[in-house]
Amino acid sequence: MSAPFDLNDDSVVVIVGSGAGGGTLGTELALKGIKVVILEAGQRHNMEDFINNEWDSFAQLAWTDMRTTSGSWRVHKNFPNLPAWIVKAVGGSSVHWAGASLRLQEHEFKTHSTYGGLEGANLLDWPITLKELEPWYAKAEDRMGVTRTNGIPGLPGNNNFKVFEAGAKKIGYKEVSTGRMAINSEPRADRGSCQQIGFCFQGCKSGAKWSTLIAEIPRGEATGNLEVRPQSMVQKIEHDASGKATGVVYVDKDGKTQRQKARIVAVAGNSIESPRLLLNSASNMFPDGLANSSGQVGRNYMRHMTGSVYAVFDKPVHMYRGTTMAGIVRDEAGFDTKRGFVGGYELETLSLGLPFMAAFLDPGGWGRSFTSAMDGYVNMAGLWIVGEDMPQETNRVTLNTSVKDQYGLPVADVHFDDHANDVAMRDHAYRQGTAMYEAVGAVRAMPTPPYPSTHNLGTNRMSEKPRDGVVNKHGQTHDVPNLFVSDGSQFTTGGAENPTLTIVALALRQADFIAGEMSKKTI
Amino acid sequence: MPTLIDRRGPSRRAVLGGIGAAGALMVSGAAVLNPREAWGLEVSALKPETMRTLIVMARDIYPHDRVPDRFYAIAVKPYEAAAAKDPATKTLIEDGVVTLDTLAKARHGTAYADLGWEDQRVAVLRQIEGGAFFEKVRSGLVVGLYNQEEVWPIFGYEGSSADKGGYIDRGFNDLAWL
Repeated sequence: MSAPFDLNDDSVVVIVGSGAGGGTLGTELALKGIKVVILEAGQRHNMEDFINNEWDSFAQLAWTDMRTTSGSWRVHKNFPNLPAWIVKAVGGSSVHWAGASLRLQEHEFKTHSTYGGLEGANLLDWPITLKELEPWYAKAEDRMGVTRTNGIPGLPGNNNFKVFEAGAKKIGYKEVSTGRMAINSEPRADRGSCQQIGFCFQGCKSGAKWSTLIAEIPRGEATGNLEVRPQSMVQKIEHDASGKATGVVYVDKDGKTQRQKARIVAVAGNSIESPRLLLNSASNMFPDGLANSSGQVGRNYMRHMTGSVYAVFDKPVHMYRGTTMAGIVRDEAGFDTKRGFVGGYELETLSLGLPFMAAFLDPGGWGRSFTSAMDGYVNMAGLWIVGEDMPQETNRVTLNTSVKDQYGLPVADVHFDDHANDVAMRDHAYRQGTAMYEAVGAVRAMPTPPYPSTHNLGTNRMSEKPRDGVVNKHGQTHDVPNLFVSDGSQFTTGGAENPTLTIVALALRQADFIAGEMSKKTI
Repeated sequence: MPTLIDRRGPSRRAVLGGIGAAGALMVSGAAVLNPREAWGLEVSALKPETMRTLIVMARDIYPHDRVPDRFYAIAVKPYEAAAAKDPATKTLIEDGVVTLDTLAKARHGTAYADLGWEDQRVAVLRQIEGGAFFEKVRSGLVVGLYNQEEVWPIFGYEGSSADKGGYIDRGFNDLAWL
């Protein structure tokens, strides 16, 4: 039988979410001949439909279903119902991502061993090593067409990169380039090369940027083994008396409640929705939520230590022209406690259009201090800081039972407080970013606070021991053998690197594991 | 400018004759007029004086000397429709302006919009900063002002680019001053 599959077909693998994790896993399983149904909460758009307008695109793509926030992070004050800037559409946040594709460093898989005990930080070593993941990183890089791997040339630098590179070199940084990007610098895999459009976050209209929407899912569908059902919001994962997952209940595009049976269920709804779904799936047998015997579901929420530095020069930059994030300094990515913190960070080029600059430069700010900065927009250069933040048990996604979504289910509340290490690292990065720009003549630099989170990680973390986390080294939940987690919520710790490449590598590895276990009939 | 009344033509001279010391924005009947920019904005749910104050307030919150009044007027114009639809919004805005004028008169004996210096008006705004009225107007402006495509060229932002072939042949790396 080929797709579409019957609701009562209990031989299918059901994947919740179609982003970097779910879309890759589903495609890879389909290529192996395994039947897959992906249930995606959002709509399916074609790349031609993407909009080169920040607010219109936000309305088209962003996850704006009700969520709440708490904690001392500034996002709670300025964007109380928008903890994360992520996508609700087929392709998930791989539609929105900027394309930076970096491997985690060896020590970042062993933070507890490397950093030691750090007060308030729930550090833990990953149950896998870099060496174990390297073949999967290589496979992911080839598949995604990552520049500076597999003989693929780097992208050309845009104006924003020119300023960034000159400043970085002037203050002594050595590892400066247009980076490793899953954006074609030359035609590859039936996709053309980057047209320097500049709206990477709004969905790439040329198809040069890898996303599961255009580069994976169509390949999976071509096998006849993959069915993607858009506008299908999963409410609950069901299980039988033996504690095995049996399927999911979802609301379809017509608002009807459906039940899809499954042999295996994989959750890939991003680090906010995935734990929410597990918690909302509580039953008599699993009163604290599915796969939550450790009590770690929803905990250790990480969002990367982020921030931006924008600087105004006395001459035009036009930073918004061209690839948004093709520019990186890696000199600060390593582990060096002389700087006053553990972990490291990357500096990456970034630009926002005028409408989003107004919203994010200094949320809530007004008056001449704000507007004179905006007046310098055309002369502005910008960079983003992305570093390792500390997992904390109290930073967590919980169910807010007093606020319900359109289906009547409790919404996710996202609580976050910076760890002192996060603050020290951010301050360091602000100083370095400012120094870079001042070295090449910036007349004014602006340390800009973190945006709503784009890198949501850690809420169903991998652990060797069941008591320390939610899933094992294959993303298989410790408690339910045919229930998997396939997104960034598996991350034991965050590393300093943009997470998508690691999510894809883990999904490819997990597909092999699932296929192997299925043929052995262990699940 | 579809949302504003075009005041170009015969009426313009007559209006110009009415400019006083209070600035470029004046109230005539049920409309706010800007003779210099040749537009007018009619209101019915809100008082015209209130709309005039909102336009002044919009510029004081996000002052861009190169941005004409009409863009600030477009940014606050939706409050007219919102006030017509929702009595609570109408009350929030009308009462907010009354408070603003009361505070301005207490300091300087003059209504807020008639204070001569931006600094004086901003000092009054600082007194209501964080309140419901101020935050409604300020947060609305973030999108209402900066998301007007006609405003973008003033800031040097070029907007949509895929329809023009991206910047690959249009200067993505044309910076030469370094």
